[in-house]
Amino acid sequence: MAELASCTLEREAFDSLFEALERRGYGVIGPRVRDGAIVYDRIAASSDLPVGLTDEQDGGHYRLVPREDAALFGYNVGPHSWKRFQLPAQRTLWRGKLDEDGNLSDIVEGPAEPERLAFLGARSCELHAMGILDRVLLGGSHPDPAERAAREGVFIVAVQCSQAGGTCFCASMGTGPTAQSGFDIALTEVIEDGRHYFVTAPGSDAGRELLAELPTSAAGAAEEGAASAAHARAAAQMGRELDITDIRELLYRNYDHPRWNEVAERCLTCGNCTMVCPTCFCTSVEDVTDLERTSVERVQRWDSCFTIDYSHIHGGAVRQSAHSRYRQWMTHKLATWIDQFGSSGCVGCGRCITWCPVGIDITEEARAIRASEEAVHAGAR
Amino acid sequence: MAKAKVAVWKFSSCDGCQLSLLDCEDDLLALAGQIDIAYFLEATSEVVEGPYDVSIVEGSITNLHDAERIHEVREQSGALITIGACATAGGIQALRNFADVGEYTRVVYASPEYISTLRDSTPISAHVPVDFELRGCPINKAQLLEVIGALLAGRRPRVREHSVCVECKQRGTVCVMVAHGTPCLGPVTHAGCGAICPAYDRGCFGCYGPMESPNAAALNAQLAVNGAEQIDLFRLYRTFNAAAPAFKEASEL
Ligand code: SF4
Ligand code: SF4
Ligand code: SF4
Repeated sequence: MAELASCTLEREAFDSLFEALERRGYGVIGPRVRDGAIVYDRIAASSDLPVGLTDEQDGGHYRLVPREDAALFGYNVGPHSWKRFQLPAQRTLWRGKLDEDGNLSDIVEGPAEPERLAFLGARSCELHAMGILDRVLLGGSHPDPAERAAREGVFIVAVQCSQAGGTCFCASMGTGPTAQSGFDIALTEVIEDGRHYFVTAPGSDAGRELLAELPTSAAGAAEEGAASAAHARAAAQMGRELDITDIRELLYRNYDHPRWNEVAERCLTCGNCTMVCPTCFCTSVEDVTDLERTSVERVQRWDSCFTIDYSHIHGGAVRQSAHSRYRQWMTHKLATWIDQFGSSGCVGCGRCITWCPVGIDITEEARAIRASEEAVHAGAR
Repeated sequence: MAKAKVAVWKFSSCDGCQLSLLDCEDDLLALAGQIDIAYFLEATSEVVEGPYDVSIVEGSITNLHDAERIHEVREQSGALITIGACATAGGIQALRNFADVGEYTRVVYASPEYISTLRDSTPISAHVPVDFELRGCPINKAQLLEVIGALLAGRRPRVREHSVCVECKQRGTVCVMVAHGTPCLGPVTHAGCGAICPAYDRGCFGCYGPMESPNAAALNAQLAVNGAEQIDLFRLYRTFNAAAPAFKEASEL
């Protein structure tokens, strides 16, 4: 896609993008500041974006700090992910009536027409995460119609990272930092020599049509070079690294590794890592009756493999210990996911590291297990 | 179907949890259609004799009289559910468990010789078998309706025991601990409130007591890294659920 003719859009003209999206009837969701972090919510103009801010991230640590420039996208991913829109934290699947004998009638399914949304500011790791979640939710033999409807109409404006965050490791996972597909338009922000502009590239016919309406100019070699330099800068700045060589076999071999006990001592089993992960998809389904038992609804809400109830089967919960819950999560992300869905479940966005209240780091846990094997091998030589 | 005969009992408590029942506004009529309130002194002085299908018990046991009375309540009740931090963990009044109750009495009352009290404030479950414990200080009225509704329908109540963090993230709140460095008990606290405090930029106070698998030692280590002193940790846990075993232990670490 990157080969397609790229153009430049000046910062002063950036709001023409919002206008074009609005003309097409899209509600725009994008990054904005709330309660000291960059979250995804409704935005209507470039002034709603986190102008001139960046995020400082490390294990269990996130702070917004001012930048020296007025960049619109000078930060990385925050606590929210697009999962919130693909798979809402809570939704009613259907409502119905119960008669005196307890028979169900008048079932009304799902929400009405979903709103047409545009996601503005999705990063490369996030496009990969959306693809992975699509495969999970829509790829099987029983795709969810509400999820499909919500997803199909989405218009995606990707933003190419020009810097990486303290907990990013998309380069290790092969999911970034530069998006090659999965968007309608991709933007690279450049601030250089007193000029602030965006190098734009279409990724679909819809994107090409929309770009044609914006006041762009053809990008020259210097501008394309500046965009490539920005992409390279992000790739060189990864805050974390994960060696994924034979990672599936590594974890399968180490099901009884003492490291699981060690991490269990630090893990709070709070579930934050799974809630912020853009691909974690576990939900629970609950049937709700009213006091009179005349109406009933089925509600789906985010759940987590870190809760005891989540592994509750006849007779009790299978995963009682923190050890078994952490191991389940990490092994699913990095190993069993590959068997189940044909790719890793981790895109290296770093959210689980930053938003873990005690800063447990998936890359560090994997490294410790690998290093212990290497030490054993070295000892054997 | 015959209406369930329900009694609401008070032991040592502030009445806030019972009031949640009267506070059910929109659902009060529906509730009245489903249950007969046979004993509820907070609402009416009319009393219908037991036995009762369901007893809802608020408050902790702090004196000999109540230690006997709770057995009478248990004997007259089909299901007994306890509501609130007092009934499920001993409440704020269990702070005396960590001190000399005689000294407390002398400080608080003008004529301490009239006071007859037990050394400890204890939850109802320390005295009689309890069918369901609904946590919170105060309880969440939606959860109370859910417990009553589930009881009437003969199903398990949908009351989850995981951390407050799960509710906090579902709500989309920015974590006050990670993003602001504010001490928060959410990771070790039982869900149910809907993560109200972090949504108003405050750390969780632990009103619902310990969650299903609390790891307070690990949380305390991180709170210390973020600058909390030993005394801050102590104060954090010594509130409404001070005597809940996991919080008691955490405050002594
Ligand atoms: S496991 Fe962690 S780094 Fe990987 S995708 Fe999920 S949140 Fe991001
Ligand atoms: S790894 Fe961190 S975020 Fe995940 S459950 Fe454990 S303490 Fe919570
Ligand atoms: S603010 Fe508190 S309750 Fe919310 S996620 Fe953070 S630690 Fe958990």
